[in-house]
Amino acid sequence: MNSVDNREYAGRQAWLRRFGKSIVRYRALLFMLLPGVIVFILFNYLPMFGIVIAFKKIDYSLGILHSPFVGLENFRFLFATTDAFRITRNTLLYNAVFIICDVFFAVFVAVAMRELWQPRISKIYQTIIILPYFLSMVVVAYLVYGFLHPQLGFFNQVLRRIGQKEINWYSEPKYWPVILPLVHWWKQLGYKSVVYLAAIAGIDQDLYEAAVIDGSGKWAQIRYITIPLLIPTMVIMFLLALGNIFRADFGLFYQVTMNSTMLYEVTDVIDTYVYRALTSMNNIGMSSAASVFQSFVGAITVITANLVVRRIDSSQALF
Amino acid sequence: MSDHDKRNAVSAKSLHINRSPWYANLAIHIVFILFSLACLAPLALLVIISLTPENLILQNGYTFFTRELTLNAYEFLFSKPDLVINAYSVTFFIVIVGTFISLFITILYAYPISRMDFPFRNFFSMFIVLTMLFNGGLTATYLVNVRLLHLRNTVWALVLPLIGSAFYILIARTFFRNTIPGELLESARIDGASEGRILFQIVLPLSLPMLATIGLFIVFRYWNDWFQALLYLTDKKLYPLQFVMNRALMNVQYLQQNISTLSSEEAMIELAKMPSESLRMAMAVTSIGPIVIAYPFFQKYFISGLTVGAVKG
Repeated sequence: MNSVDNREYAGRQAWLRRFGKSIVRYRALLFMLLPGVIVFILFNYLPMFGIVIAFKKIDYSLGILHSPFVGLENFRFLFATTDAFRITRNTLLYNAVFIICDVFFAVFVAVAMRELWQPRISKIYQTIIILPYFLSMVVVAYLVYGFLHPQLGFFNQVLRRIGQKEINWYSEPKYWPVILPLVHWWKQLGYKSVVYLAAIAGIDQDLYEAAVIDGSGKWAQIRYITIPLLIPTMVIMFLLALGNIFRADFGLFYQVTMNSTMLYEVTDVIDTYVYRALTSMNNIGMSSAASVFQSFVGAITVITANLVVRRIDSSQALF
Repeated sequence: MSDHDKRNAVSAKSLHINRSPWYANLAIHIVFILFSLACLAPLALLVIISLTPENLILQNGYTFFTRELTLNAYEFLFSKPDLVINAYSVTFFIVIVGTFISLFITILYAYPISRMDFPFRNFFSMFIVLTMLFNGGLTATYLVNVRLLHLRNTVWALVLPLIGSAFYILIARTFFRNTIPGELLESARIDGASEGRILFQIVLPLSLPMLATIGLFIVFRYWNDWFQALLYLTDKKLYPLQFVMNRALMNVQYLQQNISTLSSEEAMIELAKMPSESLRMAMAVTSIGPIVIAYPFFQKYFISGLTVGAVKG
């Protein structure tokens, strides 16, 4: 008994000594890490502890730390509203459409791009279709506004010209489930296809050579060589995006819709709701409850997605 | 890898016969021409509106075809320094200072965790990967930044919350690991070079393409940001360009209300002359100008940079 304790003690001592030595030996590297560690503690880890706010009734006169705990009351309030269902539905549906179609469209763009005879011209196309990715959502909102402005907008000009009734775009919810995905793809598609272009460039050309010698045509090559070799990348991109299914693109849903109240039925997502509860409704409890709900369910989906990724290809897993 | 590329290039040439048929080529060209037009048309509309005289806009609406072009809106924009010059200086400040600090922190963090002999590399990698998976959410972040760090209505509210990015650190780490030979670092250490010297005089000069890519992404991140301003600013003097644009879009009168330094009488005269519709669009055009100009030069870097990111190590 005593000797086991001694051995354990000695082992711990040795480990501590090695640990101390490592710290001294690598002190320069540790010192380099310091600014980053401080930044991540302040801006990432401290807010994680802020999750307790969702379980408190915040009273500014008492301060956040001394405000009383109320258990799950904030969540009960949130889920008693119809908002909770609406924002969850909108977030999930839009993201599901984005995630699924992004993969297929991006692969289509990449495969088509490779089949062009003129690589120079395909570089020009690439440059153009990636450009929207680098514009801010505010600029994108200006562009959309140019088309949808109720009086001056381009679309209503055209409708008037052909004798149709004008559409009040910013107060008619039914058009937005189409407009928002179009804006999303306009901004993201070119950029997303780059990953697949890189993957296609990495495919061994000998495979195609062998296929040609065997007499297979283009379709067969795409179907039996290109696509099967892209599937691992597709699965990874799909799963990584799936992990973020509870996080909506705030700029798209807030700025592009001009935060129009009349559109909330189809444009209000968790992120915009949290923002509104925090600022205009000034309801910290509700806001933090929605925010924690998002982080919590989001974390579960990320971890699950990562588990699946690791099963498929452990080198692609995030952790 | 480059050997492999070369072989691929050669075999591609010898495979001249393995081209898609001409009609497929044509069809793909048509698809991409339409796609490219769809990408450029909204930008063209923006530019044309900004150049159209105000009375024609009010008469004909926003249209691609205008009888007359004028630089009125741009002249007005730059003749009123208090309107946007201030916003430009704020934006330039956050882009320059933010990018510098952010890139510096990214490099300093990525280098140690890229070193295979560094015993704490896994711990510190996990430390940042965790931040990609979990976050406290907007409310908690907001309260920490406002109540604890007192960032509200300071220019640092625009800089600090965006300064650390786990994703860029991981890209840099992978780059260092894959491209800097360990023997090089070993021999430098034997020659007595300090860690700081190895990083700044050996590793970084070999990493310029990666630094350019990440730097560019950080520049865009700061240049395009308006969300931090939306959350933390009420002081108009600190509004960055994107946020002034946001205000001008959400509130048509914003620009009119903010020609502040003029006396009321002068302001009335100015307001009558103000081309408010084209002015907003001109402001948007000047905000994307630098991106469009800088972008083709950097394109080759960020495509290779993206590829590095996709092949996570």
